[in-house]
Amino acid sequence: MGEKKDVWQGTLGIMVLKTLDVLGPQHGYGIACRIEQISDNLLSVNHGTLYPVLLKLEQEGAIVSEWGVSENNRKARFYRLTKAGRKELRLEKRHWQRTAEIIARFFAMEGESR
Amino acid sequence: MKALRRFWNRIAREFRGRHRDSQLSDEFAAHLAMLTEKNLGRGMAPEEARRAAMLTFGGVESATEGYREQRGLVVFDSLWLDVRYALRMLRRNPGFTAIAVLTLALGIGANTALFSVVNGVLLNPLAYPQPGQLVAIYGTSAGYDRGYTSYLNFLDWEHDSKTFDAMVIYRNQDYNYTGPDESERVSGYMISSQFFNALGVTPVIGRTFNRDDDVVGSARVVILGGGLWKRDFGSSPGVIGKTMTLNGVTHTIIGVVPASFRFYGQFRDVYTPIGQFSDPLFRDRRLDLSAHAFGRLKRDVTLAEARADMDGVAQNLAAAYPEADQQVGVSLVPMKEDIVGNVEPFLVVLLAAVGFLLLIACANVANLLLARSIARSREFAIRSALGAGHGRVIRQLLTESVLLAGAGGALGLLLAFWGTRAVLGALPGALPRASEVALDSRVLLFTLAASIFAGLIFGLAPALKTSRVNLQEILKEGGRGVSGARQRLQGIFVIVEVALALVLLAGGGLMIRSLAALWRVDPGFNPSHAITFTLSLPGSRVPGSAGTRARMREFDAKMQAIPGVEAVSTTLGSRPMIHNSTEAFWVEGQPKPANFHDMDQAMFYLVEAGFQQAMGLKLERGRFIQDSDNEHAPVVIDVDDVFVRSFFPKEDPLGKHVHLAGFNVTAEIVGVVGHVKQWGIDTDSSASIQAQFHYPFMQLPEKLMPLAADSVAVVLRTKGDPTAVMGDVRRAVAEIDRRELIYNVFTLNEVVTNSFAARRLSMILLSIFAALALALACVGIYGVISYLVGQRTQEIGVRVALGAQPGDVLRLVLGHGMRMALVGVAIGVAAALVLTRLMANQLFGVSAHDPLTFIGVAVLLLIVAMVACYIPARRAMRVDPMVALRHG
Repeated sequence: MGEKKDVWQGTLGIMVLKTLDVLGPQHGYGIACRIEQISDNLLSVNHGTLYPVLLKLEQEGAIVSEWGVSENNRKARFYRLTKAGRKELRLEKRHWQRTAEIIARFFAMEGESR
Repeated sequence: MKALRRFWNRIAREFRGRHRDSQLSDEFAAHLAMLTEKNLGRGMAPEEARRAAMLTFGGVESATEGYREQRGLVVFDSLWLDVRYALRMLRRNPGFTAIAVLTLALGIGANTALFSVVNGVLLNPLAYPQPGQLVAIYGTSAGYDRGYTSYLNFLDWEHDSKTFDAMVIYRNQDYNYTGPDESERVSGYMISSQFFNALGVTPVIGRTFNRDDDVVGSARVVILGGGLWKRDFGSSPGVIGKTMTLNGVTHTIIGVVPASFRFYGQFRDVYTPIGQFSDPLFRDRRLDLSAHAFGRLKRDVTLAEARADMDGVAQNLAAAYPEADQQVGVSLVPMKEDIVGNVEPFLVVLLAAVGFLLLIACANVANLLLARSIARSREFAIRSALGAGHGRVIRQLLTESVLLAGAGGALGLLLAFWGTRAVLGALPGALPRASEVALDSRVLLFTLAASIFAGLIFGLAPALKTSRVNLQEILKEGGRGVSGARQRLQGIFVIVEVALALVLLAGGGLMIRSLAALWRVDPGFNPSHAITFTLSLPGSRVPGSAGTRARMREFDAKMQAIPGVEAVSTTLGSRPMIHNSTEAFWVEGQPKPANFHDMDQAMFYLVEAGFQQAMGLKLERGRFIQDSDNEHAPVVIDVDDVFVRSFFPKEDPLGKHVHLAGFNVTAEIVGVVGHVKQWGIDTDSSASIQAQFHYPFMQLPEKLMPLAADSVAVVLRTKGDPTAVMGDVRRAVAEIDRRELIYNVFTLNEVVTNSFAARRLSMILLSIFAALALALACVGIYGVISYLVGQRTQEIGVRVALGAQPGDVLRLVLGHGMRMALVGVAIGVAAALVLTRLMANQLFGVSAHDPLTFIGVAVLLLIVAMVACYIPARRAMRVDPMVALRHG
């Protein structure tokens, strides 16, 4: 298990949490579509790779799942954010903002030196 | 914290895993369906919509795999897969599997068997509480470092020593037990009161002896061994207080010890108090009457402290009783060492030998796996191409080899079970503590470890080799081209096998040569067609010395009347390789030495006229003892040639007189006979007392005659098979007195053989191991050469097409095989020259570097290798170039 994958799983995980935070309970297909939509299709994700991430979040207790019926009357598993998940999301959000800020400053520095 | 929760969830989910898997495919199906619907909504054709959905989703399989990996415990999942796959592979190649498992079973079985012996004999502590505190106590005198103990000395040791919790003296004493129906010979020990205490043995019922039982004149009491209690008394608890008649004397039973109780590997039927032994000779400080001593050290006392303590005690006694004790010392030997010390070197060599055998077996199976991995290289290439990592492929291969080793180990365990039983059963008495050899948990653990070790050893090389090859090459070349490195490895394995086999063969060969040398040594008597046994006489009927003599003469007459019996003699004192008795003496005309220990010692044999013929002794000069040398005639003796060389180097011994101190008589030398290898064929020449004399039984002084009242030994020479006359002998003895018993029956050939039983056991096992090694090495060479011929069929075809003769092909193949064999033999000889030196002390009459043995086994190995190469070489000669080339 490479480091890259962990990072990828981590970012994807945050996107999933945010999606569920905004949209409420959602099935895998819905989450995938939402991520594609928000990222403006820049992030072309194989939908299948979402499922290990969902399982990981579920194992961590950030989300729970249950079977339900989709808008098209299809049986699907719905994922829902838990309290712990909401807290996790807040933490991650702060963490990412700070990281992004720092990275941005570094790139800005590079610009000055030119 | 998060990690912990995830871990627990993983494990919990593992149990629901299968269920979850089917839900997962439902979930995926729903997802795909929604994607398809969306695509349909965009106006795609149904087929197109479905295809696009699949593309967006990515591989269902890889998603499932990723999901499972996240679910966790993948290792177990894939391990189970590996095992199932490996089982399938092994089932599909029954021939390969059978050969590999059998080879390993031999290797692991031999190791398990030997380890169970080493475990039972050397490693397991003695079966008493705190066995480390038990020490054997020997009296030492000039030339004897493990001698018997005289009773009076023992009493002083026990009283004066400060480092012992308990000290015990005991001597072997068998009894005629006169039961309600018939008499029976029972084995027994006379013991001092602390015997069971010191060993930490508590009686099943009743009590053991106390000090009041252990004195002359107290009530006759006896303790039963558990075996006799069960056999003759039906394990009845009511036995306490009952009486039993031993040698005509009534004893009261006061206790029973556990049936499992063993002492020096022996079970005994009865135990009596040694202090009640009233023979006056027993209380002569100068005599020992074959009594042994042992003791239990105080807690925290070291062996060195106890030795210092006992040295002091011995010095005080020497000062107090100079005549008896001037040169008597004490030596202490840990009891376990005393019991098993002499077999340790044998067992260590054997253990090394089976270790080699296992390595050979591993090399063989590794070669088989290597050869097979060529055939499977496409399979592995495909697996790798489909995404299996190197680690994964190695794990798969190792799973297969460990499974093979496991099967081999299980089968080996069975082999070991039967093998150990068979060998120990075939050679009773070769090993001390043999009855304690068992497959206990430590042995099972050893087998498990050996199996896993073997599996990893022989599995690793092929596995690493296989995973390192270049995939593309294999796929391109149709699974043929990349065998060079493997052939090198196979060659190395074969060389190692041959070298190891040579070492084992050299060891086995040297042992066989030693045994042959031992057999060639003249023991000084003729062991074929002769038999010896002990005849016990019921004590109550003895009317003094005259009665004993009359009974011996009656016995002789009865024996001589049996058809097939050529000569008979009763005997006491020493018996070659069975019992040692010495007598102090000085030659007439020389000043009488001040005390016993300044006198010379010689082994003595009490014999009758028939002894010379019955034993097959060589008469060198003068005459042997005759019937006329009876109680009314002057005392005469025959001496052996060593006696003559030592004490009459320049004179004629015939007619000279010798004063025998213990017997207190003066005897005239009337003849000289050949020396008998009293101490055993291999050790006699290093024994400290070698001179021997033969003394007429009928002239034994009155005061010693009671020693012959209980039992005497007998030697018979027969025309044919000596065991065939024993039926007549028993009938004749029963005619004299129903209560007389015959026991300890051995042919003289058995006596000689038993004297080097441990060496023989070692030789037999080493030879078996060497033969197995030879067979395995042979199979190994055969396998590699056959494989090589198979691989090079095309090349050989080309050569033949270009004009090579069958002889050239034969040379090509044989040359390759013999090169490996020669290198192996050279390495093996070098290794064996070093290693056989370690067993030099077990050899007899042959050097550890015996050229004949080394050349012999090297030639044997080369011939076998040649044969093993020849069979595939013939196949190579018959290669049809057309067929070979077309197949390419």
